[in-house]
Amino acid sequence: MIALLLRDLRLAVRAGGGFGLGLAFFLIVVVLVPFGVGPETELLSRIAPGILWVASLLAALLSLDRIFALDFEDGSLALLATSPLPMEGVALIKATAHWITTGLPLTIAAPILGFLLSLAPEAYVYLLVSLLLGTPALSMIGTFGAALTVGLRRGGLLLSLLVLPLYVPTLIFGAEAVRRGADGLDPTGALMLLGGITAGTVALLPFATAAVLRINLR
Amino acid sequence: MLRVTGLSCVRGGVPVLSDISFVVAPGEVLILRGPNGIGKTTLLRTLAGLQPALSGEIGHPEDQGAYTSHADGIKAALTVTENLSFWADVHGVTRVSSILQEALLAFDLADLRDRLGGTLSAGQKRRLGLARLAVIGRKVLFLDEPTVSLDRFSVKLFADWLRDQHLAQGGCAVIATHIDLGLEAPELDLTPFKSALDASGGSDEAFL
Repeated sequence: MIALLLRDLRLAVRAGGGFGLGLAFFLIVVVLVPFGVGPETELLSRIAPGILWVASLLAALLSLDRIFALDFEDGSLALLATSPLPMEGVALIKATAHWITTGLPLTIAAPILGFLLSLAPEAYVYLLVSLLLGTPALSMIGTFGAALTVGLRRGGLLLSLLVLPLYVPTLIFGAEAVRRGADGLDPTGALMLLGGITAGTVALLPFATAAVLRINLR
Repeated sequence: MLRVTGLSCVRGGVPVLSDISFVVAPGEVLILRGPNGIGKTTLLRTLAGLQPALSGEIGHPEDQGAYTSHADGIKAALTVTENLSFWADVHGVTRVSSILQEALLAFDLADLRDRLGGTLSAGQKRRLGLARLAVIGRKVLFLDEPTVSLDRFSVKLFADWLRDQHLAQGGCAVIATHIDLGLEAPELDLTPFKSALDASGGSDEAFL
């Protein structure tokens, strides 16, 4: 399993792997927002939590269709299915690799971009914590969506339509935690729900993903 | 080592082959013959466990099957050595470096070891795909057209490896091929096992 993780990470950072694409997209979306809404610091700082969360959601979405599609096309997925690795493990590793190449860099970059949106100083720590808790769920749900659409031509668009509604709970509690942090309220409730969503998806979705992959490989 | 009894296979919800039975002992090869579309690939995928059988039983030692088709699972951004050692690690192979060395020699890939997968020719990729079989150490091989895009010399390399390494160490193989590999092996013509056109089965496929 570690071998699969290392291979996926290595593929991501090599030429054509798309590492940094999501991060660059995140950067551009967040930088575009002040141009769109104008230079009102007060308005920007009020919408900053929502913008940062929506942008990281979209950035995570960008690389989802590559999770299984490339392995499906070159036959690796069928070979992995006949290997001793359990498909549930493959699903979990794929989601982990996606998180390390997308969710983690987004989390680290978000505070810097919060500065561009004049996010309230008290909220930085909650932005970091909420993204750290929430982005694994984005990767796991996305991996499930990628398994559903593997082998479909133009599956990318369908994937977005399937996955975005499932991202709603994560978005609500993630942005809420940052907003409450910015307003000086107690964000513990929202953070705990966010952690709960992540724990739930990581516990259950590998099994669903594996079942869907087996059907799609037939 | 591989025992198949009364096996029926479906492809896309349509039964293609029915009531196939055969036995392959250690050190033996079974060659599948038959015209295009008869169901050679379907049979091999069913044997490898990639798709469920409609009925019948497949018996072989657990975790010993390996499948290969025209898609070799080669990553363009990884070198030949990295591609092979990945599959070795996935299969929990120990002594990776010496096994890797032997496989590279057996398939004439030693000079290409540091080349990226994406820069290989079609025949070289095929050889790399077959070298994977030498690395993972599985005993029961299901090979779907293993010699496509190989030149005559490479076909001989593959047949030599199969005979002198794999079969000599007690492995066995089921091979679908249209060419003569130069192996002394029984052939199974699939034409008599073709399912009747109105045969029913696999009715749940419509919902999947």
